[in-house]
Amino acid sequence: MRYNVPVMDDNFALYKTMLLIRRFEERLLSEFSTGKLVGTTHAYIGQEADAAGIFSVTEPEDVVFSNHRCHGHFLAYGGEPYRLAAELMGRVTGLVGGRGGSQHIHWRNFYSNGILGGITPVATGMALAEKVRATGKIALVFIGDGTLGEGALYESLNIAALWKLPILFVLEDNRYAQTTPVEKGVAGSMSGRFAAFGIPVWERDTTDVLDIRFAADESVRSVRSGAGPASLILHTYRFSAHSKGDDPRSPEELARIRQFDPLTVHGARLTADECTKAESEVDAVINDAFVRADADPFPLLSVERQMSHVGRSTLDV
Amino acid sequence: MPTVLDRLNHALHHAMETDERVTMLGEDILDPYGGAFKVTRGLSTKFPERVLTTPISEAAIVGVANGMALRGLRPVAEIMFGDFVTLIADQLVNHASKFRWMYNDQVRVPVVVRAPMGGRRGYGPTHSQSLEKLFLGVPGLKVVAPNALGDPAELLIAAIADDDPVLFVEHKLLYTRPLLEPGKGDLIDFQVEQTGGAYPAFTLRPVDSARLTIACYGYNFELARAAALDLLMEHEIFVEIVLFSQLSPFDLEPLFSSLARTRKLLTVEEGTLSLGWGAEVTARAAERMDGLRVRRVAALDLPIANAKSLEDAILPSVQDIVNAALSLVS
Repeated sequence: MRYNVPVMDDNFALYKTMLLIRRFEERLLSEFSTGKLVGTTHAYIGQEADAAGIFSVTEPEDVVFSNHRCHGHFLAYGGEPYRLAAELMGRVTGLVGGRGGSQHIHWRNFYSNGILGGITPVATGMALAEKVRATGKIALVFIGDGTLGEGALYESLNIAALWKLPILFVLEDNRYAQTTPVEKGVAGSMSGRFAAFGIPVWERDTTDVLDIRFAADESVRSVRSGAGPASLILHTYRFSAHSKGDDPRSPEELARIRQFDPLTVHGARLTADECTKAESEVDAVINDAFVRADADPFPLLSVERQMSHVGRSTLDV
Repeated sequence: MPTVLDRLNHALHHAMETDERVTMLGEDILDPYGGAFKVTRGLSTKFPERVLTTPISEAAIVGVANGMALRGLRPVAEIMFGDFVTLIADQLVNHASKFRWMYNDQVRVPVVVRAPMGGRRGYGPTHSQSLEKLFLGVPGLKVVAPNALGDPAELLIAAIADDDPVLFVEHKLLYTRPLLEPGKGDLIDFQVEQTGGAYPAFTLRPVDSARLTIACYGYNFELARAAALDLLMEHEIFVEIVLFSQLSPFDLEPLFSSLARTRKLLTVEEGTLSLGWGAEVTARAAERMDGLRVRRVAALDLPIANAKSLEDAILPSVQDIVNAALSLVS
């Protein structure tokens, strides 16, 4: 299904959002070899249509709980690439001052944590708080096929359904939990898991951002109507490794799934000039983000500040 | 005098009356049952919208509470038996206690998790433990335990008002205990000093100079006082007792003040001996004070048996405290 009347401006904006995510992640991966980034990261490359489609239909004040693969969600949410780059480079100007890094960021109503399963009850509680406070906001939580193995998810689905909470469970099935294919990790039906709790399911196996946007719009509207939780299952492809070097897939498989590149799929709706325009605008933003972030200072641990809310230690003795 | 249970129940009523952000959630907490230990009784009748009975889902109970706290509410979660804190470990360690710090102090997580702990009721290996030791030393998490001397209501109200997560550990045997009054009963021979702050420590100083200091918290203060009485009556040994309300993070200044007088430390706890609260208190005190003599009394490193004869042998007794004290001063 498609939007009946795709607006050209929308198509450009969606493309540009996806391109921003793609180029940001590519730049990030390349900066590891320059030594400007340490630790690890989980690139969203290949899945960009999910975030771009979903955040084109949410409200700016909706509450989002994301996961280890959060950069794409954050950028589509409207987060600033510079603050994200600074966080990833461990700078004091980062989203959380260098304390969280790639998997643990917070900005406005966007939160992420690297513990999947565990984030689902937290997001459920956020939805409860928004309902109690009658803010009209909904909560979205991003999980993956791997999260289906975590028990806390099912506790959350049960409670969200019992209490009719305004939360959308977004399941991005990229077909691999780190290196484990879904065939070895997920028994039975994905949609059946939600249906068992009476939670309506919107499901797409596509990388077309307009398809995703349509399903996202319906599911978000269902949640916002007060009908209770909903789920959005998006079967997608991750083109890059789980993090950096952990990819057991064959070159043939990697080449095959590239045919589903969301930039190619959606780019076909744009003119060559529009694609070039998006490319140059995105390049400028990303270059600015990384260059500025690289000039920022590293944070220093202030013992006094650290102890202010956690109490004394042997340092005081 | 009101009991500890009365005061905890009063605190919850007071908190819900005075702050509409306070929300209660837990298993079987609705009236007329009012919770397995009745701490929440009356709340659901008075505040039906804000008292949520939950499925048996401890991880989600605390996870939901964490999310509520992040978004402006003040949830109080009840874990029916403290033994089940194993099921909420991820939510306490990787979520509640982390958010404020890892989000660079941009958020607060004012959540209270209440958990009845402790044995001596014949509930056996999985419903009798004192597992708070597993959560001591987790950065960003406070562990607080009421006792019968300080007002448990004030302590719980302070925990609910706290902007940071608090694991609130209630010993089951304390519930029916009446509150103690300084200068009365077996406290008559002690001068009671109290520190300031939300979670005060108490120092009980005898009329004559003490030969050792007993450090304890929660229900074990009852055992420590019985042991102190025995030591005085049978052995003419005066002891000071330092009673803590906040177990983690530490502020051991009241203990150090007492140890400066006695230079002998005996810790008492109901958790297992190895790597426990007493071990850390003892280490801190030893770092501070050369020549300190120490003993620890705690549960044996065994699961808690169901049979009373075995349970009594596994958990610390008044006689264990007396014996340890005698060996310390010999």
